Amino acid sequence: MAEPQDSTQVKTEKEAKMLDIYVMGKHYQVPEGLTIMTALEYCGYRLIRGCGCRAAFCGACGTVYNFKNDPVLRYALACQKLIEQDMYLTQIPFFPAAKPGYGLEKMEPTGEQILKIYPEIITCFGCNNCTKSCPQELEVMEFMSAAIRGDLEQVTAKSFDCLMCGLCAARCPQGLVPYNVALLCRRLHGRYLTPHSRHVDERIAEIEAGKFDVEIEELQKMSLEELKRRFDERPILKE
Amino acid sequence: MPYPVYMEQSIRNVEDTRKRRLKEELPRIPVGERMPVLQEFHPDFIETSMRELLVGPNKGDRTPNELADLLEGNSHIDPGKIDLTRIDYDVDVLIVGAGGAGAAAALIAQENGANVLLVTKLRLGDANTVGYQGGTQAADRLDDSPALHYLDTMGGARFTADPKLVEALVKDAPDVIRWLEALGVNWDKKPDGSMAEVALAGEAIPRCHCARDYTGLEVMRVLRDEVRCRNINYVEFAPAIELIMDDKGQVAGAVLVNLETNELSLVRAKAVVMATGGIGRLHIQGFPTTNHYGATADGLVLAYRVGCPLVDTDTMQYHPTCAAYPLAILGLLVTEKVRGLGAQVLDIDGEQFAHPLEPRDVLASCIIRECKEHGKGITTPTGELGVWLDSPRIDMIHGEGTVAQNLPAMVRQFGRFDIDITKEPMLVYPGLHYQNGGIKFSPDGATAVPGLFAAGEVEGGVHGKNRLGGNSSLDLFVFGRRVGKSAAQHAKEVRLGKLTLDHVRQWQRELKKAGLTQVRPISPKLLPDYARQPHDYLADYVTERLHAGQIKVA
Repeated sequence: MAEPQDSTQVKTEKEAKMLDIYVMGKHYQVPEGLTIMTALEYCGYRLIRGCGCRAAFCGACGTVYNFKNDPVLRYALACQKLIEQDMYLTQIPFFPAAKPGYGLEKMEPTGEQILKIYPEIITCFGCNNCTKSCPQELEVMEFMSAAIRGDLEQVTAKSFDCLMCGLCAARCPQGLVPYNVALLCRRLHGRYLTPHSRHVDERIAEIEAGKFDVEIEELQKMSLEELKRRFDERPILKE
Repeated sequence: MPYPVYMEQSIRNVEDTRKRRLKEELPRIPVGERMPVLQEFHPDFIETSMRELLVGPNKGDRTPNELADLLEGNSHIDPGKIDLTRIDYDVDVLIVGAGGAGAAAALIAQENGANVLLVTKLRLGDANTVGYQGGTQAADRLDDSPALHYLDTMGGARFTADPKLVEALVKDAPDVIRWLEALGVNWDKKPDGSMAEVALAGEAIPRCHCARDYTGLEVMRVLRDEVRCRNINYVEFAPAIELIMDDKGQVAGAVLVNLETNELSLVRAKAVVMATGGIGRLHIQGFPTTNHYGATADGLVLAYRVGCPLVDTDTMQYHPTCAAYPLAILGLLVTEKVRGLGAQVLDIDGEQFAHPLEPRDVLASCIIRECKEHGKGITTPTGELGVWLDSPRIDMIHGEGTVAQNLPAMVRQFGRFDIDITKEPMLVYPGLHYQNGGIKFSPDGATAVPGLFAAGEVEGGVHGKNRLGGNSSLDLFVFGRRVGKSAAQHAKEVRLGKLTLDHVRQWQRELKKAGLTQVRPISPKLLPDYARQPHDYLADYVTERLHAGQIKVA
């Protein structure tokens, strides 16, 4: 079985259509069907930075690219974007960003609180570069506006699928860091603004009181045959 | 890259049977009848895929060839060339690996008064944790109980899990959910505050807590932020390449390498927590993997070399549903939540052949059988096999918009390749997903070697020979928290002796005695070899210098 993320096992040059790409300005030919990440590896780059889960969850590989005859910058996750003819590629291994410290337990879930930690967000002048640069296609400027308004519910909903790849911060002319602002908003929302789950508290209290100890001990002591029978006969709830 | 034209007939079959299948449920295979399909089709039962280890605490035990090569490997370092009096970091607790387990351990160890150093091979939070989608199990519904969670976990493991570890797992679970929420994790909830829980495979009741299908991302970004907020010292791109011991036989630190400059640094620590995660990037038996770039079994190698026994490393988990098409995302995890919400698994004719919520080992085997023995799989243009996972059935059951709301990652990841999973099924096949076993350890996180602790995917026994969905993320936080506490306590009590790397010399003598006379693979492996050009002279030169002085067993 082929491992597609291993560039050595894709179709050889003879079988596949070869595309011209430029890695940091240098010309290479790679077979069609590779992603930006596997194309870099095909070209011989051993990735250390800018490579993580390889499945669009970790945000390590946010990248920019354009084309030989088209200077407009595009944005993508290197692990997801397929190579196209005449692409100009680079890696963005690291981008500096402000990350103040705070203690959630001493905070309130309000707009004033957000502005206290991130006062600079009011300097946003709505250029929308952040939204244009998001490889998850999130409405970044909208959730930044919601953060300025103190609407944590909206920030949480609109920023939830953020991978924190950092491309928005890289493109913000004001040096704002939307992904960190949204993270603080979501954390305050999760801790303070979601409806309380009483059944979780009650179960923890029951466990601490030893309510299930006897039953678990009984399961641990019974014969394997008996345990298997109990397992097969357990009712399966359908919802 | 929508589905190729030749698959259209099969997709029509799926659509044609969908209405009938709305009420159709196949029986589950009883426990006593699972073995035949497992033995014939599960990859773990392929004899030639494993071999007996020739050295170390598990000498004589069988383990996959790819792992055996590394466990029997030689060190990156020459112990004679390392000056153990020049310590770069002197701490109470060193945590190796900064995924879910490592981050949880760091927070709790610090709360318990320890001076903590967290080191990681890639970035803080770059780990399999960030990619878990389906969720975290905890028996907190009124009609559920930790005892039922215990029974499900034991049964899913074919009754091979360690009862004491499972007890710890299920009893700590609800508190883990509350702890994460207090740190700011947004769990999916109903308006009355009750958790919106999903039933995953092998569970008797909905028990899995989710944050859309970005659960691991949500948890990891919160933990990462908290580590930063609490000013816990962490070093990125600095994997441990060898443990340091003292003359009393205790683990007492580690040798780190800067991945970018190859500079070594030394850590002295009163306790070391191994939290390095899994193994998927070894591509056992050539399988594609759902795992993170750094999942190369490093912690197993390091622990094994100081004499720590491993358990259940003769089993790997092949997740039944990984993307089989398109090629660019081959092996991508398709969360069990898709099946938990109602998607069935179908053959080329659009017919079911197994209950979609069989435990992972059983369903993976059924899918392999359907493709390889019954010939009812779908072949992709590049020759991969797959079966259909009928995601559109979810919206038919729960109402339109359910897929979009609950599975945004899946919608987006297939959408990038012009496949709309709200309307079209997904083509899937088993992929290498999880290391069921690992370092043998006890419920407080201690291993057989004093001073060495373990938590998360690197440890074994919690899941026996097959893990249930939603239990691995739970394992991270249950044992990450427990180990944080134990390691901090150990650090308060222990007196370290003189530091030594004699165990490395001893290891090299054992290799020689076992007749492993050729030049050994260097381990831990650190990163997979995906760069294509073997004729990279400069890299060869740097590598040679890195390994210069390495003792070659003659």
